[in-house]
Amino acid sequence: MSAAWTTAISGPARLGTAHPERRLFRGTGQAIATVGGLLFAFVAVPFLGDDYWFTAILIPVLVLSLAGLGLNLLTGYAGQLSVGSAAFMGIGAYLAYDVQTRLPGMPLLLSFVAGATAAAAVGVFAGLPSHRISGFYLVVCTLTVQFFVEWTLSNFRWFSNGSASGLVSVPPLVVAGRDLSSPLGRFLLTLSVVTVMTVLAHRIVRGEVGRRWMAVRDMDTAAAILGIPVLRTKLLAFAVSSFYCGMAGALWGFAYLGTFDPRAWELDRSFEILFAIIIGGMGSLSGSFLGAAFLLVLPLAMSQVAAAYLRGTVDQGTIENYKKIGFGILIVFFLVKEPRGLSRLVQTFIQRIRTWPLRHW
Amino acid sequence: MSYFLETLVGGLLAGTMYSMVAIGFVLIYKASGVFNFAQGSMTLFAALTFVCLKERGLSVGLSFVATALTMVLVGLLIERLLLRRLVNRSPVTLFMATLGLSYIVEGVAQAIWGADVHGLDLGIEDTPMPLPFGIRVSRFDLWAAGAAGALVVALSLFANRTRIGLSLRAVADDPLAAVSLGVRLPVIWRTVWSLAGFVGLVAGLFWGSRSGVQFSLTLVVLKAMPVLIIGGFDSIVGAIVAGLIVGASEKLAEVYVGAAIGAGLENWFPYAMAVGFLLLRPSGLLGGKAIVRV
Repeated sequence: MSAAWTTAISGPARLGTAHPERRLFRGTGQAIATVGGLLFAFVAVPFLGDDYWFTAILIPVLVLSLAGLGLNLLTGYAGQLSVGSAAFMGIGAYLAYDVQTRLPGMPLLLSFVAGATAAAAVGVFAGLPSHRISGFYLVVCTLTVQFFVEWTLSNFRWFSNGSASGLVSVPPLVVAGRDLSSPLGRFLLTLSVVTVMTVLAHRIVRGEVGRRWMAVRDMDTAAAILGIPVLRTKLLAFAVSSFYCGMAGALWGFAYLGTFDPRAWELDRSFEILFAIIIGGMGSLSGSFLGAAFLLVLPLAMSQVAAAYLRGTVDQGTIENYKKIGFGILIVFFLVKEPRGLSRLVQTFIQRIRTWPLRHW
Repeated sequence: MSYFLETLVGGLLAGTMYSMVAIGFVLIYKASGVFNFAQGSMTLFAALTFVCLKERGLSVGLSFVATALTMVLVGLLIERLLLRRLVNRSPVTLFMATLGLSYIVEGVAQAIWGADVHGLDLGIEDTPMPLPFGIRVSRFDLWAAGAAGALVVALSLFANRTRIGLSLRAVADDPLAAVSLGVRLPVIWRTVWSLAGFVGLVAGLFWGSRSGVQFSLTLVVLKAMPVLIIGGFDSIVGAIVAGLIVGASEKLAEVYVGAAIGAGLENWFPYAMAVGFLLLRPSGLLGGKAIVRV
């Protein structure tokens, strides 16, 4: 009998409902690790990190993780492949900007939610064709959304409040009377939003909705026979996923870029998010974080190494090019060797450590 | 009226260039069920190899042959390193793998030949030529249309008159039955990927000489996607017809609709049309199999 099951019945760390699948944590160990990790991120990191770490690594990793989380809900859990994530991010960012500049006195977080809601509305629309088509036919639908949104954002100046090239600069980030425009403030803002959204995502996928998504993913005919409304379930997945992407976009624009134009939301960004969840692990919340961190930190590390050892002998373009090859190889490698991504590798590793001295008893 | 005709004919001819890229897709899709996103990168690879060999002093014919051989080699490598390891995986996984593949092919092409923009002169003037009814079309477009036509004829001869073409059609028809009759799937895959590389070379020559051999050549893959949806994934004739439709409607929309709602809609307009087609006729104009309905 597994330890997790025992603690579910009688253990001290029983949070949430009694059903083992729906608990917030699997056993005491995970509860301690999660709470400890959050404490570390909120209390220790602000003292340990410097501005470079906040602005160049932590904020983008967190935001990309959030976008990956959004795509993972749609692709990993509900089984609908999308390459339009960047478009939803763009909608979130621009609409948050519009709300923020056009309605003075609007709280910042509320305008983020407004932007994300707009993205969700477009997401539902984009998901409508999934009623009749699936697989890479759906890729084409989401590509349509991607191109259409790119074009709309750069062509209609309403979105950028009249700016000619669509270039906008965000107003100062003020939350509850505090100015969070410093790198540390932006980091804490991002971290808070991402934490809340991640807990929500966890609750969603562990609850009835998540079960429905997985049922539709695994076999939609069977899901329909079980009485699951397939189209509504898919549309809900599109809505929630786009909401997450929209929120990530608002954070990307406000907390990371500060100044952005429509080119920040091009197709390449969508691919980047897709790659993050392929590498991190489809259908795994932690995979979104692992993938995003891997995707952003690896190139930084590669550039550092290249700068240290190949000083001046290799130009930036060549390094970029090798990064590209490296990513391609990684994608193919993970798809071939470990389709469940880094999160699976980490799981296996933890399991090994846990049982380490007595592996075969 | 003659302006309308001119736009229409110009669009139709430009559409044949989309068809060329789409044909490479269809070949691979029919034989292995892979939606090959890397077709654009292969086009870049071929064009870049050709132009760099030519700049290094090889004659046109020789560099064409050398590039064709290189593309065969690329096809063989892809079969051995990628496809063989992804047998029996879901189509979406295969699609994502070709997405990764496109990064590799692009990267390798630029690692070998550099990232500079190369001009490519095929010796065909891109000048207007008068036709009947007072319309003028580019000589270059006519050549491109001719090349696309020749490509289709050559491919259909290959499929209908050769032994390997026969097994190719067998696999496209029913892979399981073909395998049980002794057709070797890996051989078929190698053949179609090499052929697709060759089609990429032809497309790359025309696209490259029109817009320069550079990185943006990989974006032709995005132009070919709506063509495929409209024409059907498994029909070469469909690819040609859909290419014409997309080319013409894109140009007409740009001229007549774009004036009303803003320029630059050629990026999304074909896609919107493709989605419309998907909802009305999911297997495309000339596609055979009905796609899985959900």
